[in-house]
Amino acid sequence: MTRMAATRDGYGQALLDLAGNEKVVVLEADLGKSTKSLHFRKAYPDRTISCGIGEQNMLLVGAGMAASGYIPFASTFAIFTERAFEQMRNGIARPNLAVHLCGSHGGTHTGTDGSSAQSIEDLAIFRTLPNVVVMHPCDDVSTRVLTMQLPALGTPSYMRTARNKTPVLYDGREDEIKIGKGIILTEGNDVAIVACGVLVSESLKAAESLKAEGIHATVVDMHTLKPIDGELIDTIATRCGALVTAEDHNVIGGLGSAVAEHLVANIFAPLEMVGVPDRFGESGQADEMLEVMQISAHYIALAAKKAISRK
Amino acid sequence: MTKSISDLEEIARKCRVEIVKMVHRAQAGHPGGSLSEIDLLAALYATRMRVRPDEPKWGDRDLFILSKGHASPGMYSILAEMGFISHEDLKSYRVLGGICQGHVDMKWCPGVDFSAGSLGMGLSFGMGCATAARLDGSDRRAFVMIGDGEMQEGSVWEAAMAAAHHELGNLKVILDRNRIQNDDFCEVQMRMFDIPAKWKAFGWNVKEIDGHNMTEVMEGLDFLEAPENCNGPSILIAHTIKGAGISYMENNPSFHGAAPNDEQFHQAMIELGEVEA
Repeated sequence: MTRMAATRDGYGQALLDLAGNEKVVVLEADLGKSTKSLHFRKAYPDRTISCGIGEQNMLLVGAGMAASGYIPFASTFAIFTERAFEQMRNGIARPNLAVHLCGSHGGTHTGTDGSSAQSIEDLAIFRTLPNVVVMHPCDDVSTRVLTMQLPALGTPSYMRTARNKTPVLYDGREDEIKIGKGIILTEGNDVAIVACGVLVSESLKAAESLKAEGIHATVVDMHTLKPIDGELIDTIATRCGALVTAEDHNVIGGLGSAVAEHLVANIFAPLEMVGVPDRFGESGQADEMLEVMQISAHYIALAAKKAISRK
Repeated sequence: MTKSISDLEEIARKCRVEIVKMVHRAQAGHPGGSLSEIDLLAALYATRMRVRPDEPKWGDRDLFILSKGHASPGMYSILAEMGFISHEDLKSYRVLGGICQGHVDMKWCPGVDFSAGSLGMGLSFGMGCATAARLDGSDRRAFVMIGDGEMQEGSVWEAAMAAAHHELGNLKVILDRNRIQNDDFCEVQMRMFDIPAKWKAFGWNVKEIDGHNMTEVMEGLDFLEAPENCNGPSILIAHTIKGAGISYMENNPSFHGAAPNDEQFHQAMIELGEVEA
């Protein structure tokens, strides 16, 4: 049976795994229990800085520490990273200080807290910042591996993690995971589905259902939205001739936009974008939200057929 | 090298000349807040900051964070006076490719420790520097200058609360209380009531001085460095005059962010003793 786990747990584990590097510090804004930085805090209280419920301050404390030679990992809910956007822009991205920001509980998949907690624009806004790497991994293994690659990055980053458990895809496949490189999970020549985060497993389900209809899909885990893996997009666009993107994020500005931006400048292929249809969410279970937002496997499969029909 | 009060006053006078020259040359910039802060910067840099102008990134240096980053001519003038940059470099203020960017920028100018320009950010950054120094076991300090209008930014108070919570005795703030912000007097734009009481209530050591009386400035800096005030963060509230030293700029909101014309420039040079009337 497929192991289920939350990406935020992979983040928490990675912080512990990184602790051997004495320059790694953790910054919290009263949500360490939720973002999973609490494990680091318990083990290394001297290297954990509580910033209270103050995200703007937290990010710039991180900037000051990065400028002083430390490697800060700051986390809060994805939605609350947004109130510190200008700090990220002016105090971190502009001077290119390697602060690593993690926004957990991203997307509508976060569920019953409702729309106030369901960030659907974080990937879009951070993607607009020069120097910032943007990621949204799909399982705890890839989250851990990508997080552990961050200290070597030398530039700031934003990573969205999710609250709820999703199928684990990468047990024993850690070596395949690299920042900036999408991963082909299943191969087919009719259509390519490019997904991130919680919609990667939905895309695999969609590919299964399409297979039953004789349609063979390539599914890509595009865990890094910026820099986008343009080489891989070219490869799958050439092979399949039609693409679908899938993300638990506003259809404006996220993965779909990143893929579209690459396609229009490089290669022609029809693209269907599955994402939150420019509306706010509501309270509901994670699986219910995927249906309400029309981003579940069913809708991804429909989009795939539409993309193929446009070839 | 010990500096006398008159030495410091002369440094500040020379900086004032450069400030006015910079904004006049660029026909843009922020003279008012540069002139209000400059006596404080002159004393701080000339007598307290442990820095190496020929090694600006020296790891154990004291840090200075100009949170009111638009008042950059003041900072550039003291950096030139200290030898971090040349006086020729000052001509690059607001010029394409110049190291003296409109707002102080750590990526462009040696001696600048924080890229400022957006208010309410420097204190948090300074807290990060002070936290890092403590983790390093270093005795370096983080000095942060903030403006009074800047205190209307809520993030200042996030940082104020957090720095006191963490008892950052190596974090030293100087408040340039010049009473004027962009559009008008602070009292008109947003009253701030009892400022010393606010900082005390947030857990800070607080002292008030006249920011243009060099003897008081030195006493204020003594206060920031005093061992008994290193139990937590300290703030020196310096009462200043926006545009100090140039008669027509003093207490004049118009010169928050405007340059003097040629006639006004000439008058300023007379008032600063650079040319004869």
